[in-house]
Amino acid sequence: MIEFVALLVQTSVAVALAPGVVGFIRWLKARLQGRRGAAPWQPYFELRKLFGKEVVVSRTASWIFHAAPFIVFGTSVVVASLVPMAVVTVVADRSGDLFAAVYLLLFGTFFLALAGLDTGSPFGGMGASREMTVVALTEPTVALAIVALALGAGSTNLGDIVIRGVLEPARVPGPSYLLAFAALFIVTLAETGRLPVDNPSTHLELTMIHEAMVLEYSGPYLALVEWGHAVKLLVFFSLLVNLFVPWGIALSLAPLALLGGLVAFVVKLAVLSVAVAVLETRVAKLRLFRVPELLSASFILALLAVMTSFLVR
Amino acid sequence: MTPSALALGLMVAGYAAGGGLGLAARTGRAARSVTAAGGIAGSLGALALAISVLVTGVPFDLALPGALAAVGGILLRLDALGAFFLAVVALVGLPASLYGWAYTAGHDGRGGLGFLGLMFNLFLLGMSVVPCAGNVFTFVAAWEAMAVTSYFLVMTGADHEDTRRAGLWYIAMTHLGLVMLLPMFFAMAPGPDQTSFADLRAGAAALSAGGRSGVFLLALAAFGSKAGIVPLHVWLPRAHPAAPSHVSALMSGVMIKLGIYGVLRVALDLLGGGPVWWGGLLLALGSLSALLGVLYALMEHDLKRLLAYHSVENVGIIFIGLGAGFTLQSYGLRALATFGFVAALYHTLNHACFKGLLFLGAGNVVHQTHTRNMEELGGLIKRMPQTALLFLVGSAAIAALPPLNGFASEWMVFQALLAGARIPRPEMAVGVPIAVGMLALASGLAAACFVKAFGISFLALPRSEHAARAQEAPWPMRASMWMLAAACVALGLGASVVVPALSQVLRGIDDLGAGLGGVPPPGLLVHGPAGIGQMSPLLIAGALAAALLISVLAVRAVRRGSPRAADTWGCGRIQQTARMEYTASAFAEPLRRVFAALYRPTADITVRLHPESRFVVRSLTYRSEVEPWFEKALYDPILRAARWTSRSVRRLQAGSVHLYLLYVATALIVALLSVWWVK
Repeated sequence: MIEFVALLVQTSVAVALAPGVVGFIRWLKARLQGRRGAAPWQPYFELRKLFGKEVVVSRTASWIFHAAPFIVFGTSVVVASLVPMAVVTVVADRSGDLFAAVYLLLFGTFFLALAGLDTGSPFGGMGASREMTVVALTEPTVALAIVALALGAGSTNLGDIVIRGVLEPARVPGPSYLLAFAALFIVTLAETGRLPVDNPSTHLELTMIHEAMVLEYSGPYLALVEWGHAVKLLVFFSLLVNLFVPWGIALSLAPLALLGGLVAFVVKLAVLSVAVAVLETRVAKLRLFRVPELLSASFILALLAVMTSFLVR
Repeated sequence: MTPSALALGLMVAGYAAGGGLGLAARTGRAARSVTAAGGIAGSLGALALAISVLVTGVPFDLALPGALAAVGGILLRLDALGAFFLAVVALVGLPASLYGWAYTAGHDGRGGLGFLGLMFNLFLLGMSVVPCAGNVFTFVAAWEAMAVTSYFLVMTGADHEDTRRAGLWYIAMTHLGLVMLLPMFFAMAPGPDQTSFADLRAGAAALSAGGRSGVFLLALAAFGSKAGIVPLHVWLPRAHPAAPSHVSALMSGVMIKLGIYGVLRVALDLLGGGPVWWGGLLLALGSLSALLGVLYALMEHDLKRLLAYHSVENVGIIFIGLGAGFTLQSYGLRALATFGFVAALYHTLNHACFKGLLFLGAGNVVHQTHTRNMEELGGLIKRMPQTALLFLVGSAAIAALPPLNGFASEWMVFQALLAGARIPRPEMAVGVPIAVGMLALASGLAAACFVKAFGISFLALPRSEHAARAQEAPWPMRASMWMLAAACVALGLGASVVVPALSQVLRGIDDLGAGLGGVPPPGLLVHGPAGIGQMSPLLIAGALAAALLISVLAVRAVRRGSPRAADTWGCGRIQQTARMEYTASAFAEPLRRVFAALYRPTADITVRLHPESRFVVRSLTYRSEVEPWFEKALYDPILRAARWTSRSVRRLQAGSVHLYLLYVATALIVALLSVWWVK
């Protein structure tokens, strides 16, 4: 029971923290580019503003358009509950593994793409088509990264992988882990719509992917989509930091361990956010038809990761 | 009379009566009604028979040695493996029969309805007898009945040139399979009169290693062509869409599964597994089929052909499961091998449900709009809300979205592949990651393809008059879809109960019997092999429902007023029309570019300019086609050779009686000489 409460608290904190991570990266990018930038908590103001506005829905749209924001948000929250962040809980760990997490995120994307087509706007269709292309091409990399991790840990369940990493620290910085980390990092950029795959701060119709798909959303619906997207970003960041650098995560519910886990998690997130912000100020967006090349590079990295983990066993 | 025999009687009598009375009925409506009633009764009988065998675990035997004694007589033996496939037949046969009742109403008043009913019921009977067969004669007779009746069903629309060509491909490929089937069985038979499967099992044990591999390859070719595995799939995307939709559902959902049954029966049961390359070959063919099937589905804008290509993909996924099973078995890892086979069986059952559902949904669309071209559909979700919802359930299931059934079985296939990674061999270090990558790519592309299929056909504004005038389909068509949709949801949520139940299907296989001890009991969780992974679709569904409920209530609480309806934003244009919408071709365009090396698309642009200025364009036509070039590369030489041979053979037929007498005399002398030589 206490584990269940811990899980609920962890998930709620993660969902509440997610817009802050997005704001932090934006603020950092602005500083790196020599601008003053909005404060890191700006996304919270935006969410409050959007929740206070009315919803405008296209006459062409069907119930899919109304359902999609809830599905996007709901699946992101459920995945956030599966991923160990500050503490590993057995409840979450047994109900879904990495494959389940990946396919749950696909569930949200599937409905968001349908919603993009639902209004009949050409921009929505364009975004839906591009988003599904990128997502489909990331799937093999994700699956192979899972295999590489599972071979090392003997399980596809997230908690098992993390615990194995904590208990046997010598395993973690091995070559297969590093290769899988590089592969999953590229996937993170693609799945969460960051540079160089998609530009989260542009609204130019012809280049955007994610923003084109959600162009018709407004008010609380838009707030849910944006928030869900932020949670998805946090989920991918947590996977990167906790699967590959599991040190510091709490394995029990003792208060001191929990505190240590939380501090370690925030520090690791901050480091990764800085890395992403620096990367985003250094690279330009790729042309859409160059993106598959980047993704096939990540696939090769993941393939090498699996083969290496066969060799070093 | 035992309950099983009663059930068998109901099955045979139902199908036979439905077919016979259907042919005899005078009016269209009566013919339709008895056809459907017979199909439903027969399917219920088949279901009862399958369940009685599955629950008791006792095989059902029935021998009629007197009938057709010269060829071995009729022998039925239904064990757990056969009963599983019989259940799959009945599970789709029942809704398809009900569906056909309303779907064929358009044929009322025209001829051919009675014949259609006869063929439909005989098709169901043939498919039901295949898994019950206990000797070669019964099996081959049922197999051939299934092939021929389905050929006539495909030819229902024979007034189209395409349909006739599809029928020709189909009948040619299916008989190519039969040609392989007979030597395969006779190679295993220990003696001339010993053709029961028990005899074959004994005979197979006495074969040399090379002989067993030969039998396996023949079985793979014969049953693989029925299952639609690449490169023997060419008939499938042609023939399945040409048939009436409830028949397409049966062909794609069930008939190709009997190819899987054949592979399991021969390679696993009769031969008892084999060397590691058997599994490797199945894995390679499965990965190739999964990827190529979905890639060609993406380029397809004919709704039913798209679904047919997805059958190739899903058979590929099933083959990956089988390949993992055979590979693990060859290394003696029986518990893990059982898991691989269970994954394949589970996906077989799931694919039958969601592919049946999707074909019936496509049937509703065709029935109302008279077109299968997605570029002429759109906006159907407002006109056919139930069909749209049910088609969406099928799309989500086939795209492997949790917690539906497609996800559960694909998860198991992934876990079975991961189990293969426990074998520390170099070929595994290469083979397993490639199979995982291809399977994952196929499932990602399947999600993209079904966003296209559902989004373009059902959402936004209608793209043609037909689509704008569509109405909801009659209730029997919706009811049969509801049944299959319910099965999709139940099989997904109940995965932790279904998996242990399915492993019992394999208890008749001697070699795997020892591995069944490792199967965890039914509970809340689905376990991967030996605890490598766990998940629970039920818990995921519960968490998802809770998250959805909370977010809906929260948004209700904070939002101001109800949503305001307005126009879609359009950069200042005055009116929105369907021509502004994204099309199916446009949706698939990025992927067509990415895989251009495979598709080799041809584009043909004709620009007509104004006679006075080359800057004013009068009209512009653009045609682009994707040709499956490897089909051409593979089959064109064969077709050319066949044509050349038939032209050469024609010279023998000179029309002279003397020449023919010479042939007869030569044949006689050769026959006598060969008898003398054999003696």
